[in-house]
Amino acid sequence: MTALAAVQFQSDWLQILSSPFMRHALVGGSLVAVAAGLLGYFVITRQNAFAAHALAHIGFPGATGAILVGAPVTLGLTVFCVAGGVLIGLFGRRVADREMATGTILALATALGVLFASLASANAGTTTSVLFGNLLAISRNQLMVFAVFTVAVVGTLAFLARPLVFASVDPEVAEARGVPVRALGLAFVVLLALTITMAVQVVGTLLLFALVVTPAATALRLTARPPVVAAVAVSLALGSVWGGLVLSAMVNLPPSFFIVSLAVLSWLVVLGLTGGRRQAADPPLVDAHHPHRPAGT
Amino acid sequence: MGVIGPNGAGKTTMFQLALGLLPAASGRLEVLGAPPRRGNRRIGYVPQNYTAALGEAIRCRDLVTLGLTGGRFGLRRTTPAERARVDRALERVDALAYADRRMSELSGGQQQRVAIAQAIVDDAELLLLDEPLANLDLRNQQEIVRLLGDLHRERNVTIMIVAHDLNPLLPVLTDAVYLLDAHPHHDAIGEVVQEELLTHLYGTPVGVVRTAQGDLFTRAAWRDPQR
Repeated sequence: MTALAAVQFQSDWLQILSSPFMRHALVGGSLVAVAAGLLGYFVITRQNAFAAHALAHIGFPGATGAILVGAPVTLGLTVFCVAGGVLIGLFGRRVADREMATGTILALATALGVLFASLASANAGTTTSVLFGNLLAISRNQLMVFAVFTVAVVGTLAFLARPLVFASVDPEVAEARGVPVRALGLAFVVLLALTITMAVQVVGTLLLFALVVTPAATALRLTARPPVVAAVAVSLALGSVWGGLVLSAMVNLPPSFFIVSLAVLSWLVVLGLTGGRRQAADPPLVDAHHPHRPAGT
Repeated sequence: MGVIGPNGAGKTTMFQLALGLLPAASGRLEVLGAPPRRGNRRIGYVPQNYTAALGEAIRCRDLVTLGLTGGRFGLRRTTPAERARVDRALERVDALAYADRRMSELSGGQQQRVAIAQAIVDDAELLLLDEPLANLDLRNQQEIVRLLGDLHRERNVTIMIVAHDLNPLLPVLTDAVYLLDAHPHHDAIGEVVQEELLTHLYGTPVGVVRTAQGDLFTRAAWRDPQR
């Protein structure tokens, strides 16, 4: 009997898929995929990938702290992620400042997480599920919270969309045009915190990029139109979650692994298909009608 | 109109004051006959190193559209009239051919054209351009200068340009503003391009050369004694 014996095809996978815990996983995972896919474009254009990563870790002491005081894990995650997001958001627009602040907050949060975990004598299983997510253990209550968060994220994003794109890709001009760049930055980071609170419970702290960054990065290789990027990223995230759950039911392995693998695989395929980056040269110096004269004379 | 002076003289700060991004510590400021305020639609702005910040994630056309509708909250499609204005601005700067490409795919000169299209799309009466010729080769410098000259004539728009190298701009500059001995000055460009004044302004010997054809140049008047 080897450890690998656990990996085998389960012929009753269709039945597993229709069980209540799988239905919860499917709905919960889909909600997260929608919110994460929509935010991805902004995480990339605002160079916020590190903040996204850090927020996931900042949630860690929230989760272990909640276990310590006997509060719901989702509540602990939400409080820490949103507070961390606001702190990071307040540290201004300059990427260098933000990176340093984010790194410092991240270190402190992780230290707190370790402390809380040891104080609460949380078992390794709980810690593992925070780090790697446990989509199959999502409760009805968690689902309700996810639904509220996703509606809030999608609604707010729809309202902020245009100025947020402006402030993200072109902050200097946006500010001169009267767009409230700083307030938008803060609002965005709160939306990100809510999304990460959910995503952490699906794919875990360590694998979060697969839903927040990778689908949007893949979409950006295909198109640069923000609404299309959002649609493609959401589809890719949904596809990864659904495919991951089906594969997980088939071979009885953690869905996180398959969700992440599918997201990364689609990214690699698109990367391979679209090839290297192009940069244009100026058109030829001589104008075709007067080959011996410089253009425009 | 040129905004000239050495590094740190406050040229960019002057733009930020005019855009309402900074409050004036003292004194009074009027822009187009009114106190400066953020989000003034009568001003178009192209910041320094503008293109460096923009990456893969936006098409030229969408960037110009943001200059028109980017401040608007809520979901609403861009109207055909707005799209037509974007097209006109892109056409005016000769950028229609690559309007659907990403900013990152363009050359520096093309990016600068798109940035100017974004600044004029809302029919600004005043354009503030911070170092629009920096990092451009001679040909692109000339083309942008010619474009600015045409825009000024056609649309009767005032164009203020921060520039370190005056030479490529001399054919189109009519006036210049500068800060000398802590006092602001405004003069016709012919009055400003004088050896004595420029030498004093920049704190280093500056020569002015007028060729037989009537072309005007400024040059650093220092020579390497080793050569």
